[in-house]
Amino acid sequence: MIERTPLLNIATHLILLCGLVLILTPIWLAFVAATHTLQAVNSAPVELWPGDQLWPNLREAWAQSDFGPKFVNTLIVAIGVVAGKVTLACITAFSLVFFRFRFRMLIFWMIFITLMLPLEVRIVPTYAVAANALSPFQTILDVTGISRLIQAVSGIEVSLEWNLLNSYAGLILPLVATATGTFLYRQFFLTIPDELVEAARMDGAGPLRFLWDVLIPLSKTNIAALATIMFVYAWNQYLWPLLVVTDRAAYGMVVVQLSDLVPDQMTTGGGTPTWHLAMAATLVVMLPPIAIVILMQRWFVRGLINTDK
Amino acid sequence: MRRAHFKFSWIAAALLAPQLLIVFVFFYWPSAQALYWAFTLEQPWGGGNTWVGFDNFRKVLSDPYYWSSVRVSVIYALATTVLAIGMALTLAIFVDRQLAGYRAYRVAVIWPYAVAAPAVGLAFQFVFNPGAGIFSYINAVAPGWWDLSQNPWQAIAAIVVAGAWKQVAYSFVFFLAALQSIPRSLTEAAAMDGARPLRRMIDLQLPLLTPTFFFLLVINITDSFTDSFGIVDTLTGGGPFRATDLLVYKIYADGFRGFDYSGAAAQSIILMLLVMALTFVQFRYIERRVHYT
Amino acid sequence: MAEISIRKVSKTFGKTTVLGGVDLDIFNGEFVVILGPSGCGKSTLLRLIAGLEEISAGEIAIAGVVVNALEPRERGCAMVFQNYALYPHMTVAQNIGYALKVAGVARAERQARVEATAKSVGLTEYLDRKPGQLSGGQRQRVAMARAIIREPRVFLFDEPLSNLDAKLRVQMRHEIRRIHNRIGATSVFVTHDQHEGMTLADRLVVMNKGSIEQVGTPAEVHDRPASVYVAGFIGSPAMNFLPGQISLVRRGVLLENGTLIPLAQMPVLEDGHLVQLGIRPEHARLTPRGRGVIEAQVDMIEDLGAQRLCNLMFEDMPFCVLIEARPPLPAGTPVGLDIPAEHIHLFDAASERRIEIALPLPVAAPAEALTG
Repeated sequence: MIERTPLLNIATHLILLCGLVLILTPIWLAFVAATHTLQAVNSAPVELWPGDQLWPNLREAWAQSDFGPKFVNTLIVAIGVVAGKVTLACITAFSLVFFRFRFRMLIFWMIFITLMLPLEVRIVPTYAVAANALSPFQTILDVTGISRLIQAVSGIEVSLEWNLLNSYAGLILPLVATATGTFLYRQFFLTIPDELVEAARMDGAGPLRFLWDVLIPLSKTNIAALATIMFVYAWNQYLWPLLVVTDRAAYGMVVVQLSDLVPDQMTTGGGTPTWHLAMAATLVVMLPPIAIVILMQRWFVRGLINTDK
Repeated sequence: MRRAHFKFSWIAAALLAPQLLIVFVFFYWPSAQALYWAFTLEQPWGGGNTWVGFDNFRKVLSDPYYWSSVRVSVIYALATTVLAIGMALTLAIFVDRQLAGYRAYRVAVIWPYAVAAPAVGLAFQFVFNPGAGIFSYINAVAPGWWDLSQNPWQAIAAIVVAGAWKQVAYSFVFFLAALQSIPRSLTEAAAMDGARPLRRMIDLQLPLLTPTFFFLLVINITDSFTDSFGIVDTLTGGGPFRATDLLVYKIYADGFRGFDYSGAAAQSIILMLLVMALTFVQFRYIERRVHYT
Repeated sequence: MAEISIRKVSKTFGKTTVLGGVDLDIFNGEFVVILGPSGCGKSTLLRLIAGLEEISAGEIAIAGVVVNALEPRERGCAMVFQNYALYPHMTVAQNIGYALKVAGVARAERQARVEATAKSVGLTEYLDRKPGQLSGGQRQRVAMARAIIREPRVFLFDEPLSNLDAKLRVQMRHEIRRIHNRIGATSVFVTHDQHEGMTLADRLVVMNKGSIEQVGTPAEVHDRPASVYVAGFIGSPAMNFLPGQISLVRRGVLLENGTLIPLAQMPVLEDGHLVQLGIRPEHARLTPRGRGVIEAQVDMIEDLGAQRLCNLMFEDMPFCVLIEARPPLPAGTPVGLDIPAEHIHLFDAASERRIEIALPLPVAAPAEALTG
């Protein structure tokens, strides 16, 4: 469109630049802090330009927090959540959309309602379940008297136990237990034209064949979008791993490690706060999800808009 | 849901089972458990829980600390939402003009979404620290003027800024998507009708963004309740003097530090009801998010 | 009221050329229809006139003023968009009156003019509705009213009828022409539908691949198509083409299989010049076997109700004839074809341009109207 708006264009750039400064400043300051020595960082006023200590600081922060195995753990959990979510959401949405059965709407709502309550809100009881993932079944057996019956008949005392604390399963499973992706897939499956399903059936494809040969190839963009979102979501988990993992050396995740880096009385023992190391560690922890978001921007935006959290 | 093409069979059951199982164990059971705990009290010397009715709720609701937590949570929710939505809307409208470099601006606004909440908290703790942060300039002149470990309002301001900073990206993505889904011909029609860019923003773009705006309003408030834990934990630790003890943080502190499961459960139930009410409002707007014909 | 002159206008998007040096003069108060298939650059040309796209090279003048650098709002054009582009959040009245509101017209006057305009297109009852509550035809009227109320010098229509059903399309077509006759502003109407073009236009502009093939009245374009392309595009069913060469000795066109089709008069061409001979289905005549100029076989016959469309095969080439009778002709029947010399069109095989034969036909337009 032909439009001469020189003043508005200048104003646009000014406004956007201001926004950019507001958004970038905190991370810039954190980055600068990670490039200076302990003394430089703690001398007022704040440093505005990078120093030359980035590499040594990163190395020290890495060693101090023992990031090596924790990165591996975080990666395992993130990939586990992504894989679990992508698979579960797909097959659940598939059976909800393409099969005819009596309690379809009920089951749909049962799964859909999980969108309402994020993990943080029901953190206390979820933690209790994680201590023994089979406790719901144990309780049901106890309350209904079946366990007593079994004991009377066979002499075996029913005691179901599966402790998820300090395990990958414990980190991954509760994060998978929401409807986020199911909803995304459902919306997509509903846009598949009826003719396509009918054509596949005429060609003799059963439900599983149809899922594998038609739906999954068509869902590639959805899968990419969901995977991007879930990777960032899983990587950035904090409260849940903080609770479930007590054995940090074996199962610690990088983001949780940040809580140990807060330079307060507890960590410095009244000494000079080690901001340079804290900020270096923060940078290390932030980097992978940021890289994913920037590299997969298209999928990320798509996923964000369509998942409705 | 209209379509259904295959008859129910063991395949459908097998495909549904894992999700249902996982949702039952990690969602419904804990939620029910929370209800159970909220209405019972654990005996101090063992021997299971006894039914106490609404006692736990009464205790929670008569606790001044709880109400101050509610107050600060509301302040936090409203302040972060207003800041984040305002900022996101402004940036989206101007990025949408698609002047040179708009792609760079877009990436620059989006990436903070990927930063974990505790990382945001930690970064802002550095930025706001009285000794070496941005306010160290003022503190050099007026010692002790800025210290969020002593001044409750400064601590609240700090978590609000950090929270809003983290939320901008999400709202921005939605606003920009909504703006870009406004048909081009609509903008052109307005231009032919004589409306210049600023006029079109006010007469065309803002009204068409209303549904997105309401949707984001609810989402942002909900998120501020649930997503704030990481920021509070690394930025203020709930202090000073419990000034930034947001609801989720208080549940965590009472449940896992104070081992008061029943109190924490009662608080959880209240928060659940609140979040569910907000989500219900949101669902009513979801369908109407875009209304172009 | 204004004339539009388009001089050597081209438009390129990156490396693709959408319009390559178009020349066109549109007279004051004229209804011009730009006709062509999708992707021929017709909409782009319209958008260049409106100022919605920037001109890559050349010049457009409206009422004698070069508008290349003017913004859309400064050009005095109103446009009716293909999808109507109504503001979904405004009522019909607000939609119609928006241009006046932007121009700062006082509320009372605005309201009066909105009501008058709405009345003229039959929208009075719908003024308080939102576009979402209107039918396709009503939306179309709102789009028209929104354009009319501004009293523009030039009306631009970008395929405004393509989203309507067949019946409504005819109705709106008449209405658009009536409004044009009443207001008298210069109108430029873009479409891919030849019926719309033929019925609406004072003059037709046929476009293909970013350039103008022919400009002329509907009758001229139909009766004396300037190129193979126009001949094939205008008229339904489409014209038949037979490749051949000029035979001066035998005074006709010699087809590839040796058949001679006699011409009434010989064009000024050398012997053996390669041509395309064109004949419209309604002009060719079926004859019994052996009595026509060429011999063909029946492929199938389609009954159109009032007429029959005979699809024949002539030497592996399809050939259509439109007839009134209902002859019992099963597939494979050999038939003869008569090709009346006065209805033959000749085109140069290489350039695909028309070759004039001095026809003994009543032709209205002078030859200089056939620019291109």
